[in-house]
Amino acid sequence: MKVLRLQQRYLPFDRPVRVSVLLIALLVAGMLLSLCRGSVHLTLDEVWQALWHQGSVQHQTIVWELRLPRILAAVLVGAALGMSGGLLQGMLRNSLADPFILGISAGAGLVAILCITLAILPLYLPLGAWLGAMLTAALVYTLSYRSGNISVERLILAGIAISSLFGSIQTLLLLWSDESRLQSALNWLVGSLNGRGWSVVQVAAPYVLLGILAGCALARPLNLLGLGDEVATSLGVSLLRTRLLIGLVASLLAGCAVSIAGLVGFIGLIVPHGVRLLVGNDYRWLLPLSAIGGATVLLLADLLARLGAIEFPVGAVTSLMGSPVFIWLLYQRQSANDRR
Amino acid sequence: MNLPLLTAENLTGGYQARSVIHHLNLDLQQGEWLSLLGGNGSGKSTLLKLLSRLLAPQKGVVLLDGKAIHHQPPHLVAQQLALLPQQQTVPSGLTVRQLVSLGRTPHQPWWQWQLTSTDLEQVDRSMSLTQVDNFADRPVESLSGGERQRVFLALALAQNPQILLLDEPTTYLDLRYQLDLLTLLANLQRQQELTIITVLHELNLAIRYSDRLAMLKNGHLVALGSPQAVVTPAVIADVFEVNVAIIDTPVGLQICPLTTVN
Repeated sequence: MKVLRLQQRYLPFDRPVRVSVLLIALLVAGMLLSLCRGSVHLTLDEVWQALWHQGSVQHQTIVWELRLPRILAAVLVGAALGMSGGLLQGMLRNSLADPFILGISAGAGLVAILCITLAILPLYLPLGAWLGAMLTAALVYTLSYRSGNISVERLILAGIAISSLFGSIQTLLLLWSDESRLQSALNWLVGSLNGRGWSVVQVAAPYVLLGILAGCALARPLNLLGLGDEVATSLGVSLLRTRLLIGLVASLLAGCAVSIAGLVGFIGLIVPHGVRLLVGNDYRWLLPLSAIGGATVLLLADLLARLGAIEFPVGAVTSLMGSPVFIWLLYQRQSANDRR
Repeated sequence: MNLPLLTAENLTGGYQARSVIHHLNLDLQQGEWLSLLGGNGSGKSTLLKLLSRLLAPQKGVVLLDGKAIHHQPPHLVAQQLALLPQQQTVPSGLTVRQLVSLGRTPHQPWWQWQLTSTDLEQVDRSMSLTQVDNFADRPVESLSGGERQRVFLALALAQNPQILLLDEPTTYLDLRYQLDLLTLLANLQRQQELTIITVLHELNLAIRYSDRLAMLKNGHLVALGSPQAVVTPAVIADVFEVNVAIIDTPVGLQICPLTTVN
């Protein structure tokens, strides 16, 4: 009887623990690989020495000034997008939701395109993009608020409407801009980690870490929201407060990601989806593992992006990899449902 | 007489600016079973939503143990009051046991990760009472409508509430499970002094199991009292617009509809 009780208590966590170990191992391996690989290949020994400020000065510069900040930027952006996607998929009860569904990409994109095409305060582009993301999410929430409640349907519709409006303005601005600015605007829109240094990491890291911790604390109400508004309320969830908190944390994370790397697509959609297939729908596992998974996937995508003779924007790599993986995931889920 | 466990005072409520329930007063003692009856659109489900904190009142107040439920912390209300809605959202990937375990949430501090032995006992007990323990490890989404209804009842019972509100709980159940479910609720009411409020379409079942009936028409309380006092041809004709014969049977009064009024 006691063994049965222990099994009941711990068995649901057996598989998530194994997946966690696997994902953390993959992340560490990805970081090591990213430190070693690039236009100049380094051995593990050389990387180790450079990390301790020993050996070749050139290697130290490559490791400390180029690769390490870029790796950390990839980890922060990937973790932020993965967690943000998990939060929004749970809140909206829609596995096709991603961090940009609340108009975050459109708002950040509009401000960024304004900064680039009209040459308004280009140095403040990351801050502007972040502000654009947060203000747009706030606008979408305001539009969907009615009679003391925020409904999921109104949130999605308001997000689509605002995205469409801001997207049109972005297109007009791009059409009117000259060619050199058009190129840098498109680079930003597709998402890239090229040249991201310590300054970006230092500014964004505290907010991303705060967002990830706050996101983990929202796992329990998210589990209950999955049971529908009526049952969630009956179980003690305040719908308005919970949806506001989730929206705030998800927008903060996505806004930070956008301000570092531009619009990197698919991570926030696919990673929580994939993690759900591996560990199920318990958000106490799904959210932290989406953050770890997002960091791993973006890190590996960035490694792929910079391995060739010409560096690709990492957003293009995630989209190229993401589409077939997404189709495969949908196929797997359909097959699992059919077997059931 | 004891103080009522749940009280609605001058309760008015509905959706946005539109009022569906108008100036309604009622109270419930602990261990009492009240059924809300009325025709379609009479406001039964809206009243249940107001009593369960799903809707905020436009006027008036709902008191639980003398305190206004809309001003209490949600988790404290959830420790005392549980709702079984008419339609359930079934999340994918959850087994029956995992779903029922979520019923313990209002009793757990936010940092608690594992179920305590008290939680496990309550979950096992709820699953056993509702006879869902024999498919505890199956995914909820693979169950039939009737099985799901019992799983969600187990979830509500896992909350260990003093008051259970049920919105048309017999909808997806065949006749045998309808009787099983209502008998189970009657046992819980008797053994644990569980207070029950149900919205029921089936008048004969409501008469058979409830201590009191509340008849609603256009959001107003038309009659409130024991089945013997309330179920009269005149009241039924007024509320449901149907002429009926009332027959005394071994299981209490039963209604036989005859013709529609006019």
